[in-house]
Amino acid sequence: MSQVREIRVDYVARIEGQAEVLIKVVGGRVEEAKLAVFEPPRFFESFMIGRRCGEAHEIASRICGICHVPHQVAALEAVEDGLGIEVDDQTRALRKLLNYANHISSHALSVYFLSVPDYFGKPDIISMASEHPDLVRNAIRLKKVGDDITERFGGRAIHPVTLVVNGFTRIPTKADLEWAKMELLAMKGFAMEGVDFVADLDIPDFERRCEHIALSQEDQYAINEGRLISTEGLDISPREYRAHIEETHTDYSWTKRSIVRGRDSFLVGPLARVNLNFDKLSDDAKEAAKRVGFKPPVFNPFMAVLARAIELINAIDDSVSIIENLRIEKGPVIEESFEVKAGDGFAIVEAPRGILYHSYSFDSKGMIKKADVVTPTAHNSRNIERDLEALAPELREISPEEAILKCEMLVRAYDPCISCSVHLVEVG
Amino acid sequence: MAKPKLAVVKMTGCAGCQMEVLRIEDKLLDLVGAIDMAYFYMATSANRHGPYDVALVEGSVSTPRELRELKELRERSKLLIALGDCACTGCLPSIVNWVPPQESAKVYERFLEIHSKKESFQKVYPLSAHVRVDLELRGCPPHRDTILEALKGALLGIKPFLREHPVCVECKMKENVCLLVCEGRPCMGPVTAAGCGAACPSNGRVCEGCYGPMSDANASSLAEILAKRCGLSKEDLIGKFRKYAGLMPAFSKEAGGAI
Ligand code: SF4
Ligand code: SF4
Ligand code: SF4
Repeated sequence: MSQVREIRVDYVARIEGQAEVLIKVVGGRVEEAKLAVFEPPRFFESFMIGRRCGEAHEIASRICGICHVPHQVAALEAVEDGLGIEVDDQTRALRKLLNYANHISSHALSVYFLSVPDYFGKPDIISMASEHPDLVRNAIRLKKVGDDITERFGGRAIHPVTLVVNGFTRIPTKADLEWAKMELLAMKGFAMEGVDFVADLDIPDFERRCEHIALSQEDQYAINEGRLISTEGLDISPREYRAHIEETHTDYSWTKRSIVRGRDSFLVGPLARVNLNFDKLSDDAKEAAKRVGFKPPVFNPFMAVLARAIELINAIDDSVSIIENLRIEKGPVIEESFEVKAGDGFAIVEAPRGILYHSYSFDSKGMIKKADVVTPTAHNSRNIERDLEALAPELREISPEEAILKCEMLVRAYDPCISCSVHLVEVG
Repeated sequence: MAKPKLAVVKMTGCAGCQMEVLRIEDKLLDLVGAIDMAYFYMATSANRHGPYDVALVEGSVSTPRELRELKELRERSKLLIALGDCACTGCLPSIVNWVPPQESAKVYERFLEIHSKKESFQKVYPLSAHVRVDLELRGCPPHRDTILEALKGALLGIKPFLREHPVCVECKMKENVCLLVCEGRPCMGPVTAAGCGAACPSNGRVCEGCYGPMSDANASSLAEILAKRCGLSKEDLIGKFRKYAGLMPAFSKEAGGAI
């Protein structure tokens, strides 16, 4: 009789949103490996229709309370693309600073609040406080630096308000910039130690080669602009996205799933970015990565935790250099003071969890006719299942509790953002 | 005395309100000294099922599953607090309630198939449409100080001080130049509940109304001013009032009528 083993995680804790994992192994064969999202769909693309293009970013922000800044930046860039607006360097720099702030707070949360407790056999970060008080205090402080920069520059920490089409409604003062630089530098040491700390964790040994996709730019670490490249030779502009990336549905999940046309599922996020843009990392980030033996490309999805630790150094360094090189020349703009016209716009931004695609079509009055948003977790969802399939056989060898924990750790390594993934896609 | 048990529960929302709860981080370590975090899926894997002394609920109700969970939670919780606009008003996602279901269904090729398995209402309603809510914390998201104030109140058994005056009061206290009166820009401050510290006008931007209606909001009078003074069309006005709190009685007429 062949041995049947079912693993079921009803509600994966310490991720954003509501999802379950179902794995069934019969004999040595994996019969199913599913990531089922039961968080309900939210129909953003349908109710954005008929709204003004100037408020697309404000609405899109509510797709996700964790990666609101990248949603705002992607929506703004897509709308500006459609309106033919070229934004100035100052606006670009400030948007990048805010997106980095979001990456810092999200990565600090993901690494220390969500992933690390697993490696210490703890249910959460708070229960680690008595044994590791400095670690917990610094992790909280690092997350706070990201939130505080967003609050000071964006008007508030979650769903900031100063970002608008073609600029900012408030321009940071010299004092704001100096303060941000100090706050960032104060956390640099902890971020550096973080790489060694994470590298010392007992990260599962597992490898599955798959396509990694990330934004890339010639002269900088790309998070807000660039071309989409991959480990399999993809090299396209945001405008060409739909010709290359395709979405499918299943009947057991509210999340759509992406594949590269004619190929397979793919991985996006910190690991893909570090693998594909290793050269563009700051010197200290590169050094730290080399010190712990990170040699790109790394195809172990559990190593995303280490990639986040590496990116935390880069985000601090790059933010500081943005501040140092920033020359404030342009004043604030008034919301929706641009001239409206018909257009189609496209943009791709790196959210903390990976590439985020936004596209809008609007009519001559600037009213949205069509919206299309694909989030990092939708990009990754099929790939998570492929990893679970590959992981399943070895789960037979360990106890059910350990097997469940390992599945949860894998899902958490992707740091999925479920609310994002069910925001809902494309109205034709 | 046993520590009061707190649950943070998510319905249909963006997690921004839960993130704001996590932003009490400075106080978090002290707070866990006073509170037993019994349920917080986003933050811990040690979750216990009630009864709870306080349940903070983020998000609106949009599936039968959530409705069942909410009713159960209500029975098991002494105090049920609606955390944020989605839970209090339906927030921005409630705009979908005005979209004909056949239109929103188009977004999934196999909508009906998934629908039958996964169940969804395709409509968004605040918690109070279904159960008794003891306290509503407005805002998208509510400010962490408000959340802290509410938790303290719950711990001490006293009514927290929540601001029901308009954003304009906070705006005046910050000595901002009024964007509506002086620049003729369409600000929702006069009808919007305070609590954000006038975040937008203090940063050069009009208030979009993300805290929902203040008490006794005079929506029709502001609509008239926005039409005359700022040149907003009828559609513009519907769009404004249907944005964060179109389901609320105070705004529903200006939002194009109840649905
Ligand atoms: S009220 Fe706003 S921040 Fe809170 S869950 Fe809803 S959309 Fe997110
Ligand atoms: S700017 Fe807006 S919130 Fe401030 S006083 Fe004027 S109307 Fe009120
Ligand atoms: S000013 Fe208005 S839109 Fe801005 S945060 Fe406050 S309530 Fe929300």
